[in-house]
Amino acid sequence: MTTRVHDLAHCRAGDKGNTSNVSVILYSAADWDFVREHLTEARVLHAYRHVARGPVTRHEIRNLKAFNFVIENALGGGVTISLAQDIHGKSLSNVMLAVELPAREEGEGS
Amino acid sequence: MKSTIRIGSGAGTSDDRMTPALELARRGGLDYLVFECLAERTVARENQDRLRDPERGYTPSLPERLAMVLPACVEEDVRIVSNMGAANPRGGARAARRVARDLGLGEIPVAVVEGDDVTEALRARPELRLMENGEPLESILPRVVSANAYLGADVIAEALSTGARIVLTGRVADPSLFLAPMLHEFGWRLDDLDRVAAGTVAGHLLECTGAVTGGCFGWPGIKDVPDLAGLGYPFADVTSGGGVTIGKTPGSGGRLDVMTCTEQLIYEMHDPTDYITPDCRLDITGLSMEQVAADRVRIAGARARPRTGTYKVTVGHTDGWIGEGEVSYGGIDAVARARWAAEVVRERLRRRGFVYEDWRVDLIGLSSLHGDPGDRPEPYEVRLRLAARARDRGAAHAVGFETRAMHMHGPGGAGGACEPRVREVLAVKSVLLPKELVSPRVTVEGAA
Repeated sequence: MTTRVHDLAHCRAGDKGNTSNVSVILYSAADWDFVREHLTEARVLHAYRHVARGPVTRHEIRNLKAFNFVIENALGGGVTISLAQDIHGKSLSNVMLAVELPAREEGEGS
Repeated sequence: MKSTIRIGSGAGTSDDRMTPALELARRGGLDYLVFECLAERTVARENQDRLRDPERGYTPSLPERLAMVLPACVEEDVRIVSNMGAANPRGGARAARRVARDLGLGEIPVAVVEGDDVTEALRARPELRLMENGEPLESILPRVVSANAYLGADVIAEALSTGARIVLTGRVADPSLFLAPMLHEFGWRLDDLDRVAAGTVAGHLLECTGAVTGGCFGWPGIKDVPDLAGLGYPFADVTSGGGVTIGKTPGSGGRLDVMTCTEQLIYEMHDPTDYITPDCRLDITGLSMEQVAADRVRIAGARARPRTGTYKVTVGHTDGWIGEGEVSYGGIDAVARARWAAEVVRERLRRRGFVYEDWRVDLIGLSSLHGDPGDRPEPYEVRLRLAARARDRGAAHAVGFETRAMHMHGPGGAGGACEPRVREVLAVKSVLLPKELVSPRVTVEGAA
């Protein structure tokens, strides 16, 4: 059984120019190390490869049990010139929620 | 001097819902009500409006929004701060005064913040580098229609010190609209970094209204939101020492807790140790949140470094036209027929001699939001959407025209095409301008 980001965290996407940022906010701080190990910049860029060119930068906000992924070249050139329907990329948080992580070991983390 | 003030959020975009702002003004016990109505591209649009009619160029919904809340704000003694001045704050102030007069509220002075329009300063600095691509500003100068610096809280606080009931600005940073009443009421200076950090966080949490009170959040069975239909707008209680507690309209729908606040805090943020506003460089990596009562969250631990020496400037420029068309396919081989139609439209446009800078094929129901990994099951029906950007309007219009023609001259069984859509592109770029080249200033319309 794989684990999805959706099982461990909630997310919101924001936009600035041609860059999207997607937060990953854990329900439980006990999952911090597991998510930190497996939800890498490379894994996230792979998940967004049909939408974004990257690069992807991961910021850690441990005090809020959150990660912030900054995904560049993700919004069709930016809100004002994008040909997309979702010019702000508001729906892009749902790509993150569907990312699959490895199966958890019994009792791992929690 | 008051020891605590309450600042409400009445709009987070020019198209924001209106009635929750009235509920907040009536029942929120506010001292200030802020309306944030400018997006990246809207100042450029309002500038074009002003070029057509010198009295216009303020946010089009300004009269309607003010007419709705002004009687309550006068009765409850709430002051209004807003960037609805957009590209013409003085014109907006005159419109606001007409609204007050028409409501029988008499002559209301309106303080105006100007100086964000830096078009002339930029024309003299063609060597400035665009933040997006490093090209010189010169590359877009001939097509520039607007250039507006994000002004900060200091000049808005100065406008509040005039005593005017309403303060209208053009382009300012969103959190600065909320920080300004704190500077004004408590006499904070921008080098009171802990307090400025707390006030900036409060502003950032409030600037999208219902997005911190359960909007843009709910998920059935996992993240439930009570009475989402009655979603209430937020306020912040701020103490003179920089204490911040977020709340929402009493009795309204939605939810306000650490989860909703965390989503909104990180929204549109990049480096959490360096969120740059005109007022400070905010660091949220020591911040904590605590639910202190139902729908009340206390925020502590925000830090900041001193503000930078530059203002960020949004430069709006024309950049061709976008044309769009849509038509639907359902049943057996719906996706194959939609893909075929896309190829036919593109080939017809090519044979007519049109050239496009960017071309997009969306299969709504399959790939329009998150691209096409090629491994998704085919839906029963799809809506084909074609969009393209071109230098001239005719080429853009032809996209929707040829898509509509799929009804009669494309693959079998097309239905429900829309009218061709075409719009002029107002693109934005950014540059950093040294603060000494910008002159923020305050005037009052209708001063006694």
